[in-house]
Amino acid sequence: MIFVEDKEIVIPGDILADEDYHAGRGTFKENNKITSSLVGLVAIRDKNISVIPLQSKYIPKRGDVVIGEITDIRFSMWNLDINSPYSGILPASDVFGKEKRDLSKAFNVGDVLFLRVVDVDEVKKVKLGLKGRGLGKFRGGILINITPTKVPRLIGKKGSMINMIKDETRCEVTVGQNGVVWVKGKPDMERVAEKVINMIEEQAHTSGLTDRVRNMLFELLGKEKPLEKQEETEETGEEEEDGEELIQ
Amino acid sequence: MVTIIPEIIRESITNLVKNGERSDGRAFYEYRGISLETGVIEKAEGSARVKIGNTQIMIGTKPQIGEPFPDTPNVGVLMTNSELLPMAAPDFEPGPPDERSVELSRVTDRCIREAGVVDLDKLVIIEGEKVWMIFLDLHVLDYDGNLIDAAVLGSIAALINTKIPETRIEDGEIIVDHEKMISLPVKEKALMTTFAKIGGELIVDPSLEEEQIMDARISIGIREDGSICAMQKGGANPLTKEEVIMAISKSQEITKELREHLPKN
Amino acid sequence: MITIITNNELSTGIETSKRADGRAFDELRPIKIEAGVLKRADGSAYLELGGNKILVAVYGPRELHIRRLMQPNRAVLRCRYNMAPFSVDGRKRPGPDRRSVEISKITSEALSPAVFLEKFPRSTIDVFIEVLEAEGGTRCAGITAASVALADAGVPMRDIIVSCAAGKADGQVVLDLSETEDKEGEADMPIAIMPRTGEITLLQSDGHLTSEEFEKALDLAINGCKKISEEQKKAILSRYG
Repeated sequence: MIFVEDKEIVIPGDILADEDYHAGRGTFKENNKITSSLVGLVAIRDKNISVIPLQSKYIPKRGDVVIGEITDIRFSMWNLDINSPYSGILPASDVFGKEKRDLSKAFNVGDVLFLRVVDVDEVKKVKLGLKGRGLGKFRGGILINITPTKVPRLIGKKGSMINMIKDETRCEVTVGQNGVVWVKGKPDMERVAEKVINMIEEQAHTSGLTDRVRNMLFELLGKEKPLEKQEETEETGEEEEDGEELIQ
Repeated sequence: MVTIIPEIIRESITNLVKNGERSDGRAFYEYRGISLETGVIEKAEGSARVKIGNTQIMIGTKPQIGEPFPDTPNVGVLMTNSELLPMAAPDFEPGPPDERSVELSRVTDRCIREAGVVDLDKLVIIEGEKVWMIFLDLHVLDYDGNLIDAAVLGSIAALINTKIPETRIEDGEIIVDHEKMISLPVKEKALMTTFAKIGGELIVDPSLEEEQIMDARISIGIREDGSICAMQKGGANPLTKEEVIMAISKSQEITKELREHLPKN
Repeated sequence: MITIITNNELSTGIETSKRADGRAFDELRPIKIEAGVLKRADGSAYLELGGNKILVAVYGPRELHIRRLMQPNRAVLRCRYNMAPFSVDGRKRPGPDRRSVEISKITSEALSPAVFLEKFPRSTIDVFIEVLEAEGGTRCAGITAASVALADAGVPMRDIIVSCAAGKADGQVVLDLSETEDKEGEADMPIAIMPRTGEITLLQSDGHLTSEEFEKALDLAINGCKKISEEQKKAILSRYG
């Protein structure tokens, strides 16, 4: 038995299904009933039922790519704020190898970096690294914060949403799985991208978003509106995006 | 807890200002949306809820009968107190008022007191013995930049909204008559405008982002006749004389518009 | 000597069988809840119940900077109940007093059973309850609003805790005591429950009740909680249209 529909908004304590379903993320089992633990959208995939939260904090996971800010320089590492209950560290050895050098020469407090989560240990120490395509320090641009669970929505199916923003604004856009987005282009185009990304953040739970984003982009850019598409070609972005796709 | 502002945010906001723009699209001398409601707390003798953008302060007044200060036996007392509640920002901590909170209450108090907003002479019940003490409490609920202007605007509105019971002396006894509530004698509506200095330019009503990266800040209190009643410079960098003079003349214009938000008394 | 003339016309409740404010014995005061009212907080809620006006902000889970409070296997849930100086008839001195410290503690304990604290070891979830105006039953109103703010912040929970009081006033067991009933009545008993299971997460009692009256009051309070629970759900859902 199932008591909810796909994409329905549920709240903590709502009973979703009987035990013949599998309890996915955002749910828990109690008295043989699958119950929601979050405010979010129901996602039913075969016999798996989960809830995609509308609001959440980023919990670091090995392999994720994140945008972090250097908050402190210690003896042999940098401390970083990664928009999470758990702060991260970048060991000096990751940058200098075995050489001993002044850390502030490489990165200083206030610098913003694109990094990979290398390891999260039992005491929630988050080790970050810079090995990988596109990782390193950002120069210029602006930062926008969105809810981490809305990252797949911003990216879109096979990058459709993010590519549309990039193409129309001619901005570089990099999305961290921790919900931090870096945008760089002409200053007025950065603001257009910011407005659009904030709109996606606010309306991530609604359908027909891709069309609205396209209309908003065209309106902000003063272009002719595209032909209205009537049919819903909407992806809700429940699918996990491959981290690699986030790197541009 | 210290908030460290990413260097690229500092750069992008500064560059925008240098190009004559602001990150939220406002003009240099434009305020964010302002909303002001009064009489929102029934148990307070006067109250106001003020919002400038997302910055939100709840203000309440409480009159109490007390003794005047020995050096000013023939005037009432106005006490201003503010709390930067930990709900208002992630870096506001619970506990006794910190220096930011004390500055906010003192600057608000100075603007109101020096402008002569409340006619304190009329708050005397028995000369040298009993006067009205008006407690003005500022409860900062949401901090998104520019608390000072919101605090003064809301405080003036709350004072205009304040009703105190009439008092009279009968056979040496003070009669406090709650059946006859009278308006607090407010005779002046001084307001403050705050400017942030960013990239060598002055911009009014700094947002949180702008406040976090500004070089300096100047707040100017202006009375209805255009005269200056209070000033406060903040921030770790200097201002030039020309900048201060320019801020004053802009303040004189802008406070006229701000005053339109106040209720009539 | 100061004489105070008040303008409060207090009804005695004798003229009708109803309560001083005209409610039936099992009737709540008018209630209004709104979620997501603050910009900076991770989650927030505003609640009015009768003359009570309560604002709650939630931050977290976030990094806990005080090591001695850190729990190696779960988050800590810290609550701070605070009354605005202008929220009461006199002026409340700013800062915590013994009453608000106790309420903060029991609020944290009332909310904790519902929260999946084990998902966020070593972190903190901070709940700030501000009483902007008080008219009896502020601790219950605070807990009810705090649950909505926690849900709004995306904190995973088993259920949305709801709180309500019952008690005895004018010799009658009644639901949701007003300030006057609380002050002049015989007993006040605030409770909080997990509405789905009915489990009790807060129970206090102040005053004299027989065991029959206690059971009646408990049933009334649980029914009151269930009604308020519906308002909580509406508030959370209406944020997302």
